[in-house]
Amino acid sequence: MITLEGIAKVYRTGEVEVVALRGISLHIPEGEFIAIMGPSGSGKSTLMNLIGCLDQPSSGRYVLDGYDVSALTDDQLAWIRNRKIGFVFQSYNLIPRASAVHNVEMPLIYAGDNQQRRERAMAALESVGLIQRAGHLPSELSGGQQQRVAVARALVTDPAILLADEPTGNLDSESSLEIMKLLRDLNQQGRTIVLITHETDIAGFAQRVVRLRDGVIVSDERQSVATEMVR
Amino acid sequence: MSILEGLRLAVNGLLSNRLRSSLTMLGILIGVSAVILLVGVGNGASVAVQQQIQSLGSNLLTVFPSNARSAGGVQQGFGTGSTLTLDDVKAIANRQTSPDVVTAIPSAGGRAQLTYSNQNWNSSLTGTTQDFPTVRNYQLASGQFFNSGDVDAASKVAVIGPTVATNLFSGADPIGQVIKINRQSFRVIGVFAPKGSSGGFNNQDDIVVVPITSAWNYLLGGRGRNVQQIYVEATSADATSAANTEVTQVLLDRHHISDPTLADFQILSQQDVLNSASQTTGVLTLMLGAIAGISLIVGGIGIMNIMLVTVTERTREIGIRKAIGARRQDILLQFLIESMFLSGLGGALGILVGFGLARVLPVVVSALPTPVISTPSVFLAFGISVGIGLFFGLYPANRAARLRPIEALRYE
Repeated sequence: MITLEGIAKVYRTGEVEVVALRGISLHIPEGEFIAIMGPSGSGKSTLMNLIGCLDQPSSGRYVLDGYDVSALTDDQLAWIRNRKIGFVFQSYNLIPRASAVHNVEMPLIYAGDNQQRRERAMAALESVGLIQRAGHLPSELSGGQQQRVAVARALVTDPAILLADEPTGNLDSESSLEIMKLLRDLNQQGRTIVLITHETDIAGFAQRVVRLRDGVIVSDERQSVATEMVR
Repeated sequence: MSILEGLRLAVNGLLSNRLRSSLTMLGILIGVSAVILLVGVGNGASVAVQQQIQSLGSNLLTVFPSNARSAGGVQQGFGTGSTLTLDDVKAIANRQTSPDVVTAIPSAGGRAQLTYSNQNWNSSLTGTTQDFPTVRNYQLASGQFFNSGDVDAASKVAVIGPTVATNLFSGADPIGQVIKINRQSFRVIGVFAPKGSSGGFNNQDDIVVVPITSAWNYLLGGRGRNVQQIYVEATSADATSAANTEVTQVLLDRHHISDPTLADFQILSQQDVLNSASQTTGVLTLMLGAIAGISLIVGGIGIMNIMLVTVTERTREIGIRKAIGARRQDILLQFLIESMFLSGLGGALGILVGFGLARVLPVVVSALPTPVISTPSVFLAFGISVGIGLFFGLYPANRAARLRPIEALRYE
């Protein structure tokens, strides 16, 4: 599903070179729930941007669902993001002026996919249990509800992977638990999930934990899946 | 993303900041209404001038004798020669040699002092023939015009303009009354209807018309039987240049002149006067339009300014849209539609306001000519306002489209 081979990323700001990733190789098979952990500055955000096709690696090869992403144009990357990747961000990133269902519809609008758009958006909202809030603006929803709308938006195009970047970072523990249970359920239905976090108990929901430090993988281990959070 | 979807996004975006959107729109609104109104005023002036000239008869040609030359070669003023005769008039009016001419009339006259009872008035005297009313576009308010018998007999009859009637008779019926023209008695047989031209220097209502033979016999003594001007009526306004050629040929033949540059007459067509007047008013319209156009450009810069602010404000939203799959062109389209919608709506409202002002302004400022708004200028104004949205929206929209998603998402 996802194959990274010798991925490196170097940022240049003026004359200073910052090496964010130095040779990451990672394979994520279909249906896996993987957590990527590491302290800030470890390069996990950079890795998340690369896996999410928001950025291009300086060197190395990245194959996502059969597509070699390292050599695509901006518009092709937009297409990959639209069809293959569902994003869940720490700060929800919903469009404030649009209702919940319109936010969920949005990837379908950009996909040019107008068939039963509203129905599919409603179905996605139903799968996160928010169908009765479809007409509400994000500002009228709680943090947990907003994040569930974001999950519905990520799911609506039926992507190959769900990429969650600190999805519980802005939530209280009760909402966090709800979101994590939702992600776990989606994984049990066969969804591939890549979770970026720095919290051990959140990472506990994943089957596999990869730890980064200073731009390299320091550990990669499988674990039994938690069902409740220990806080 | 479809255009409809883009339009929905644009309206949504504009509604989220109503005050700002309406103020930006106001810039375009003022620009467009100024263009509509000022071009309308220019056109109105042009129409007014043309109507005035056309009331003289737009299919009219005037033949003047050339400058007289004294024996020593001293040139005298324009039209001072005495080379035109009544036979020239008859020859010009001949439909065989000049098929584009309806008829021609002679004219000879000057200033004349009129008296009736204890009233007196100085007016413009014209001696002519029976076709004067048709050629010069005069209608009769009462009585009748003299006929060819009166011309042949040199009858002492006169037809007066409404200005003369008012000043000599002050309300009484002039028909049948005898007035004195330069101390000669003439009977008034008709009064012209007002032509409504402007007062002052060349008042077409302040005239007295008599048979040309009577003018020669009794009023223009000592100046011979010469014709000062010949008015030629062409079959239509379009036929004036053909008529011009025919009249020139007839007169050259009759005067035995082989080189047209040595002609002893000159022909001025009303169409020439009309053309030069239209040219002048056209420049006026263009100038007014250009001044109004400047305000339209200022409005466009306002749109660009606001769109740049909007793009900056919505950087994060652009990042989100890009992350979930919006391509460059989707973002470009979204902001372009937004700026075009803003300017297009401003333009449409500006057209309405322009129309309103065009109605109200001449009532308030009576010196203004009634604005004439042509349909093409309305479409043009709308098209230009949408075009301004496109032009001034392009840079901000392109800036939005080029934003990199990770940077846009990180923007606070």
